[in-house]
Parts: sequence; structure tokens; C-alpha cells
Amino acid sequence: MAIAVGSRSRFSRNLRAWGGAGLFMLPALALYAVFVLFPIVQAARFSLFDWNGLKALDHFVGPANFGRAQADPVFLGAVGHNLFIVVMSLAIQIPFALGLALLLNRNFRGRAILRLIFFAPYVIAEVITAIVWSLILQPNGLADHFLTTFGLEGAYSPWLADRGTVLIALFFIITWKYFGFHMILLLAGLQNIPREVEDAAAIDGASRWQAIRYVTLPLLGPTLRVSVFLSIIGSIQLFDLVWVTTRGGPVNASNTMAVYMFDRGFVRFQFGFGSAVAVILFLLCFVLALAYQRWVMRRDLEGATTYG
Amino acid sequence: MTGRRRSVGILATLVLVVSACTSGASSPPSGPPSSVPSSAPSSTSSNAPSSEPSKAAEPVTITWYHIQNNDPGLSLWKDLAAEYTAAHPNVTIDIQANENEAFKTKLTALLQQGDIPDLFQTWGGGGLRQQVEAGLVKDISADIASWKDTINAGALSMYAVDGKNYGIPFDLGLVGFWYNTKSFTDAGITKPPATWAEFLTTVETLKAKGITPIALAGKDTWTGAFYWAYTAVRNCGQAGMDKAVTTGAWTDPCLVKAGEQFKQLIDLKPFQEGFLAAPWDGAGSGAAAMATFNGAMQLMGQWLPGTVNANSGGSRPIGEGLGWFPFPSVEGSPGDPYDGLGGGNGFAVGKDAPPETVDFLKYLVSLDAAKRWGALNSGILPTTVGSESSVTDPTMASVLEGRAKAKFVQLYLDQATTPELGGAINEAVAGLYAGTGTPESVTQAITAAAAGQ
Repeated sequence: MAIAVGSRSRFSRNLRAWGGAGLFMLPALALYAVFVLFPIVQAARFSLFDWNGLKALDHFVGPANFGRAQADPVFLGAVGHNLFIVVMSLAIQIPFALGLALLLNRNFRGRAILRLIFFAPYVIAEVITAIVWSLILQPNGLADHFLTTFGLEGAYSPWLADRGTVLIALFFIITWKYFGFHMILLLAGLQNIPREVEDAAAIDGASRWQAIRYVTLPLLGPTLRVSVFLSIIGSIQLFDLVWVTTRGGPVNASNTMAVYMFDRGFVRFQFGFGSAVAVILFLLCFVLALAYQRWVMRRDLEGATTYG
Repeated sequence: MTGRRRSVGILATLVLVVSACTSGASSPPSGPPSSVPSSAPSSTSSNAPSSEPSKAAEPVTITWYHIQNNDPGLSLWKDLAAEYTAAHPNVTIDIQANENEAFKTKLTALLQQGDIPDLFQTWGGGGLRQQVEAGLVKDISADIASWKDTINAGALSMYAVDGKNYGIPFDLGLVGFWYNTKSFTDAGITKPPATWAEFLTTVETLKAKGITPIALAGKDTWTGAFYWAYTAVRNCGQAGMDKAVTTGAWTDPCLVKAGEQFKQLIDLKPFQEGFLAAPWDGAGSGAAAMATFNGAMQLMGQWLPGTVNANSGGSRPIGEGLGWFPFPSVEGSPGDPYDGLGGGNGFAVGKDAPPETVDFLKYLVSLDAAKRWGALNSGILPTTVGSESSVTDPTMASVLEGRAKAKFVQLYLDQATTPELGGAINEAVAGLYAGTGTPESVTQAITAAAAGQ
């Protein structure tokens, strides 16, 4: 009897808690279902058809669209370009942002101004960034004049128009836009590290470098892992900047998965095939995000996730 | 604190300025723009619309989607609709004027919902064919049988699918070479080249004088595809082009020959610096290169003068210092030397449209309406027989002269075929001028894409 009463009251307490939470979450859940879950299901459905978006959805092809993507050298090239951006971001962009954050975490005059300046590019819309950099990098543009003025005549070349350099030029623009974001993120992380810990290390005779390597960085771990995570996902979904500057060209040299998806779907009206590419992109991000949270960010998220 | 706030203010202003400066250039059209306004509407008085007996006095609403969203075209369409409804009081026209790209997105959404407009913009060709095959467009062959001779036959045929008419054109332009007359004079060229051999010599002459011979917008791959399409039209003729477009067999040796010919030009390195990243319109564009004399010639449609004007910061009035000559003839090729490549604008009738729609369409392409379009000199080259003389702008008149000589006008390949195949053609040809492809690889890539759809 007592047990039954106890469990009933726990049940009703649970129900009340769920009811209350559910009531408040309902609008968000409804929006999520309509604008996120439903389109995902739709895309998955379309990906199994040969469909140009106009005629009836009646030409079922099964997984053929996925086979076609996986056999298309242009798509594989796009995957490679995404990987290139991921690797470069992790190898260059994040360390650069970290270095700046460490510098700007010290006390000196003008620190706030510098933080603002470094953060500014992140505030500018991606499309505007792309247009401004296309203007700067075009022949006879700012970069051309700048290099010539400083005696580096001949150092300029139209990097965005060269299949060999276009990816590096794009990576440069991406870094320019996003290093400030990672810097601010890491700076916030650094400010959460108690000064006493570093002081203690210094008293124990650790050099500045040793203090960073063995005290600061491990304590900055959670922030760094978030930074790396956002950088990877951002690099995989890269679209606006590429579409506006090069549209994936010259001749697919800067294609990314998202650009390829948009081009095949909305420019060439292969909505079935485009949906298949979208599904691949979605699964890739989804699996990566889950795996990363499960294994890399596990300790950081303790209590926020459940493990089955 | 105030210092920080001020810097935020400066930053915000900077962003605003940057976005304001660039917004004008931020939306290059992905396809040929359809109207290039140049002069104020000339208020030609009009005859009353053909007042056929309006037997059905029941009120009818015609939904009409067009893309002349700027004056003078916008006003002219509005005037014509008002005149028609004045003569047919039972008809109401619901006019929806959209920007070119916005229209494409909107129409796709409408057609997918099954909410088909009664009368809507079409470019004919493969796009129209897809709509026809999806059963969204009305066969108007019988309705227009009595008056279809009033429309330029070549233009009308672009809106026919399997011999049946699904649309009526009101505009047909021709792609040809636009050139800066000053660059030609500076290089001592007195007469535009008439043959391919002369053309190559012209390129070399310009280059020897330190003048960039050709502006090419390599980022917008449809512009480069014009070269291959034209050499294909010359080498394959109407029969060869029809065969390729309708059967999907893009392997004929004449198409390889077309690529080889284009390659002769590419090998002379005639294009401006960084052309592979140049869009057609906006900053660093092919139009801007032409406007600033960083390119003596450009193979482009009749909308070039307007876009060059827009990209010159207003320093070059429309058409000033520009000449036009048709794509050079090719010695010993089967194609008629005057055959053209072009395209234009028309209207298709939705499958559920009320019968009055075709009558209204007839009024929109009547000789009077067409002449009023011509008189605007806006880049719309009317296709109603007898209206040609209404175009007075000299450069546009030369395009029309070229169109009159053309016995056959090939619709732009990316519109004659499906969007899917069109994209593949543009990409394959880009490989040729970017140096990653060969004349053979172009036809192979196109054939593979045609087989895959």
C-alpha cells in the first residue's frame, strides 16, 4: 500500500512537472517540429526520388541518388575542400585565436579597443564580407595597390581566379572573419581561470610557458573543445562566403558540399539529388556532433546529457 | 566607457556604409536580365483594345506574373492591362510584377503548390518543356491559330513543345559581339571582323597594341558558354543543333570542332586578368571591364549597353562608344553565316486559366503594344511582325538587323535544354577556358549529363 501510494504521488509529481514544462515548451516544440523535423523528413523522402521539383513525385529511385553523389568526382572534390578548411582551421585559425586571447588577457592600455577591433569582422554579415573581399582581391583592387605601394610589385595575382590558390584565399577570408569570434570565446574561458592558480604555478617556479602549457591550457580545455567543435561544424557547412565570392569556381576548385547541394538543387533543379546531398551533409554533421559530444566533450557536459 | 561606445558607433556606421556601398552590386543576375530601362516612357496614344464581343459578362480575374518590375516596362504593362480592362469591364487583371530571380523562386513555389498563375513569364525551351510535361501549362495552338502569323516565327517556335504552342513571345534578343569603338580606333581597326580568321587577327592586333581584346565573366559560366554555343551553331547548323537538343546526343564531331575553334581563341589568351573570378555584373565584372576599357570586345546579349552603363558609375551613357557585330562566320561550315544565338521573353498560359487570358495575351502582343515597347528602346526587341522599325536606338537597331538576317536563332543552350543539362554545359565549357578540359571532354561531359537525366 505504502509503496503504491508513494509511487503514485511520485508519478503525479512527475506528471505535474512534465505538464508544466510541456506547456511552456509546446510553442517551441511545435515550431521545431514544423520548421526543423518536418523539413528533415521531407528531404529524406525527396532524396529517394528522381524529381525536378515540378512534376509529380512518382519516379522512385531508392538509394540511387546517394550512389550518384558518392561516384561524382565533383562531390568528392567538395568533400575534400571541406576537409581542407577543417584541418586548416584547427591547425592555424584556433591556435592564432588562442595566442591573441592569451595576449589580450593581460592588463594593458587599449586592450578593450583591440578586442573590439579583432571581434569586428565577426559582426559583419557573411555576404558583405564576401563582397568586400572580392573587391579587395580583384585585379586593380586594394590588395593589388597596397602591395605595389609597398614595393612588392608582381606579388599580387588574382588569387580567387586561380584554381591553385582559390581555397587558400578563401581560408584567409574565413580566418579573417572568424578568428575574433574564437578569440572572444577563449578570452571568456581564460577569465574564468582563477588568477591564484597561475600565481601558485609561478611561485612553484614554473616559467611563463610552463604555466600556460601545464596550468592554463588544461583549465581552458572545455572552452577550447567548444571552439574546436564550432569550427569543425562551421567549416563543414561553409556556404555563403564561397557562393558569393567564387560560386564554387573556377571549375569546382572551391566547391564545398553545401555549395554543391545548392547548385544541384536550386540552380539545376535536381531537387531529388540535391536532397540526397543535403541528407548526407546532415548525417555527417549529426554523427560528428553526437560523437564529439559523447567522447570529447563528455566531461564538460556532465549532468547535461544522459548516457544509455 | 564612452570610448567603447564610440567605437561601437563607428563600427556600426562602417558596417552600414559598407553594406550600402555594396548592396547595389550584390545581386548579379544569374541569367540574362530581361529589361534594361533607358528612357522615360513615351506616351504613345493607343487604339482601344480589340473589342471582341465579350460574350461572358461574368466577372473574371486573370492573375498575371511578369518580371518588368522597373519602369518603363512596369508602367507600359500596367497601361496595357488598364486599356484592356476598360474595353472588357468584366475582366480584372491581378498584376504581380517580380524581380527576375525572385520570380523564378516564387513561380517554383506556386507551381509546386498547384497554385498556377493564369499568365506568367517564360523563357521557353527546356524550362517550359518541364512545365508542359508536368501538365501545368495550357496548349494554346488552336486559340492562336488565326493570329499566330503576326508573331515572328523563329521566336514563336522557342515556345512550342513537340509542335504545340504553349507560349507567345514579346521579345527576342540576339547574342553578338559588342565592342568599344575607341579600342578599335586606337588599334587601327577600321572594320569589324566578318570571319573567324579575321576575328583571330583582330584579337592579335589588339593584343599587340597592349589592349585587352576580350572581357569574359568567367564566374558566371553562362557567359563563356555563349562562345561554345555559337561555334556549335556555326559548325553544326540548325539540323545539327536540333538533333543534339532533342535527342540528347552531344557527340557529333561538329561539336568537337566547335570546341577546337573556341580553343584557338583561348590559346591566344585574349581575356582580362582574373577573368575566371569575374561576375557578369557588379564589382570586378565583365561589364565593368568593358566600361573601363579593360576589354575591347564582349560576346553578350542586347542588355550589355544598359549593364555597362550601370557599371561605369554613370560615366558612359547607354550605348555610347559601343558598336555591335554578329558572331563571325566560319569558312566552309554547314551553318548559315547569319544563324544566331539568342533568347527572349514570353508568356505562358496556366492550365486552369479562364478563356479570356488568351485574348488578353493577344492584346499584349498586338502590333500597337509591340511598337510602344520598341519605342521605349529599353532593350526589349519586340517580336510582333512589323514592329521592328519602332526601335530607334542605333545599337539596338543593329541587333535587330542581325536578327532579321538570321534564318535560325538557337535558344541559349541553358534554356533550350533542362536546367540540369544547361548547368552541365556551362560547367563543361568553363573547363575549356579554365584549362582543365579539352574539346572532347566538353562533349563527353555534356553527353554524360544528358544520359543521366
